[in-house]
Amino acid sequence: MAETSISTYRSAIIDALAEEMRNDAGVFLMGEDIGKAGGVFKQTEGLFIEFGAERVIDTPISEPGAFGMAVGAAMTGMRPVFEVMFGDFMTLIMDQLVNQAAKVAYMSNGQFTVPLVVRTTMGTGSSLGPQHSQSLYAWACHVPGLKVAVPSTPADAKGLYKSAIRDANPVLIFEDRMLYGLKGPVAVGETSLVPLGQAVVARGGRDLTVVAVGRMVQHALKAAERLSEDGIEIEVVDPRTLLPLDVETIACSVRRTNRALVVDGGAQQYGAGAEIAQSINEAAFDWLDAPVMRLCAENIPVPISRTLEPLVQPDESRIVAKVKELLVGHRWPDREDDSP
Amino acid sequence: MNDEIRQRRWTFLKQMMLIRRFEEAVATAGAEKAFPGHYHLYIGQEATGVGAMAALGPSDKIATTHRNHGHVLARGADPEACLAEIMGRANGINRGRGGTIHLCDPELGFLQTSGVVGSVVGLAAGGGYACKLKGDGSLTAAFFGDGALEEGIAFECLNIAALWGLPVIFICENNSADALGMAKGGYPTLVHAANDLRSIPGSLGIEAIRVDGTEVEEVHRVVAHAAAHCRAGKGPLFIETVTRRWAGSAPLWPELATGITDIGMATGRTKIDDGPHSYWYRHNDPVLKLARQILQDDHSARMQIELLDEQTQAHMRAVVERVHQSPYPELATATDFVFAQGAA
Repeated sequence: MAETSISTYRSAIIDALAEEMRNDAGVFLMGEDIGKAGGVFKQTEGLFIEFGAERVIDTPISEPGAFGMAVGAAMTGMRPVFEVMFGDFMTLIMDQLVNQAAKVAYMSNGQFTVPLVVRTTMGTGSSLGPQHSQSLYAWACHVPGLKVAVPSTPADAKGLYKSAIRDANPVLIFEDRMLYGLKGPVAVGETSLVPLGQAVVARGGRDLTVVAVGRMVQHALKAAERLSEDGIEIEVVDPRTLLPLDVETIACSVRRTNRALVVDGGAQQYGAGAEIAQSINEAAFDWLDAPVMRLCAENIPVPISRTLEPLVQPDESRIVAKVKELLVGHRWPDREDDSP
Repeated sequence: MNDEIRQRRWTFLKQMMLIRRFEEAVATAGAEKAFPGHYHLYIGQEATGVGAMAALGPSDKIATTHRNHGHVLARGADPEACLAEIMGRANGINRGRGGTIHLCDPELGFLQTSGVVGSVVGLAAGGGYACKLKGDGSLTAAFFGDGALEEGIAFECLNIAALWGLPVIFICENNSADALGMAKGGYPTLVHAANDLRSIPGSLGIEAIRVDGTEVEEVHRVVAHAAAHCRAGKGPLFIETVTRRWAGSAPLWPELATGITDIGMATGRTKIDDGPHSYWYRHNDPVLKLARQILQDDHSARMQIELLDEQTQAHMRAVVERVHQSPYPELATATDFVFAQGAA
């Protein structure tokens, strides 16, 4: 059993960055206000003191230029971790990300690699409004050549960061801001590595599989406890990385439970939820007793109001309701007699 | 004039002629529809690429734009591998995956050649940052056109490079007008409010130099100065080379407006008519210009120049023939290197 300690999601990431920076002199951080200020969410706190301004670099408000530099530095043998303060500002780095970073290995027939990590935040719940609350990971997932991770626990946050920094490819990691204070056990040193492309069963169950992304895993786990009181046992699967997507672990679960609900905090239209749902259809269709369903964010900008904002993303109650609906409501016509 | 300069002129002429004949071969193959897609020729700008590359060291990094054939050849890449890449062949410099706007050879120090005009400035600044961190005296040279200065990323990177004192030479090949555009008075910039491009880096405190980009010796001199400046830890430098773009960007200008180069126009064997391009032939073509300079110094060089040109043409004919016969990539390799494997 690996040695663990209790850590928050935030400090687990800081630990991962610090360990990799100690481990490899080529690792450095770039971003706005990440230096002496320690990040607007305290997400780099302490790193400036240990590593200094040369490796914890405050950039001007120049996302395309600074990120272009990160790509260039990665191609020249460094391993930058570039922070986009809000995931919404990914829009500013899209050329460098999509046309440069993602294409370099392919265009050069593998002669070049771009070992860099894009760190960014996302999610609702902070009353930050339409330009600071989006969950845009599906955008990145559409581009061949990028890897995308969405950690839901402190242990995964640490382990995925360590793997991402060591990976030869551009990896984007989306942190839900509402998870920063979440506490959990985190392994130390090398035992903390979590491989990219490996899903995990976060909770075992027999009646239905909930595949949840990022913070939605936490909602799903709470929903599972409530459903358990009603005698419904759902299995919660956390993909951890959306690209590469571990379809086999997800499909194995669905083959046991015969039903699936995908919970995704990104907008439903053309989103990660659709990709996961269709992957289940292709890999486990013969085992399904009901259509795979999605529960995603609404297809609206995220409003700032305290009354409207909570309506946008799925939560515990809506997962409970959707699971119940799926267990009783959607059955194939020729399976009318089957009891859920 | 000493022997060293004489020798260097011949080296420059050899490289510039190779680029010229290479680009004419690309245009010819393009006109024959021997390969699909677009291409951007370097004809008229050879003196900048050749002069600048000669001033860079072996460990220096280079990032260039879509008009890259001349840069890659000037740095010493194999013309056959370059043409094969443009024509999507398996023996291409990137196995037919990148094509004309992405000719790239890391062995020669190239970081990337990008089809998005401003991006290369960002990549180069990142290369410069890595050079600074390594502290081995290396630098990064960014080649881009005046159009790149219309994109915000160029300004951002000039600012950051100045702030952080990065060893980056920003080489702006101002080719804003082709033969026709220049005749219409479209020079020095067609669509930029700043008519003197040096004012942009200048406003950030970056030393900015303008040089005649058709004069290979001049370009070589200022880039050597810039390299020394960077290696001394004095930060970035901006060079505007004023060049003339003879051909445009296919498919917009699919033909060579000025035709296949006749070296006889430099050696006196061919009379220059008073046609629409006479001024170009007499004053702007960097290949003819350099050949005339060599002849001026040594009248007996006429035969040697014509022989060099014949050899270059014969070499390119053989290259074209081999590339036409070379295989396309195996279908099974289409998914190779979507992701790099293992540790970088």
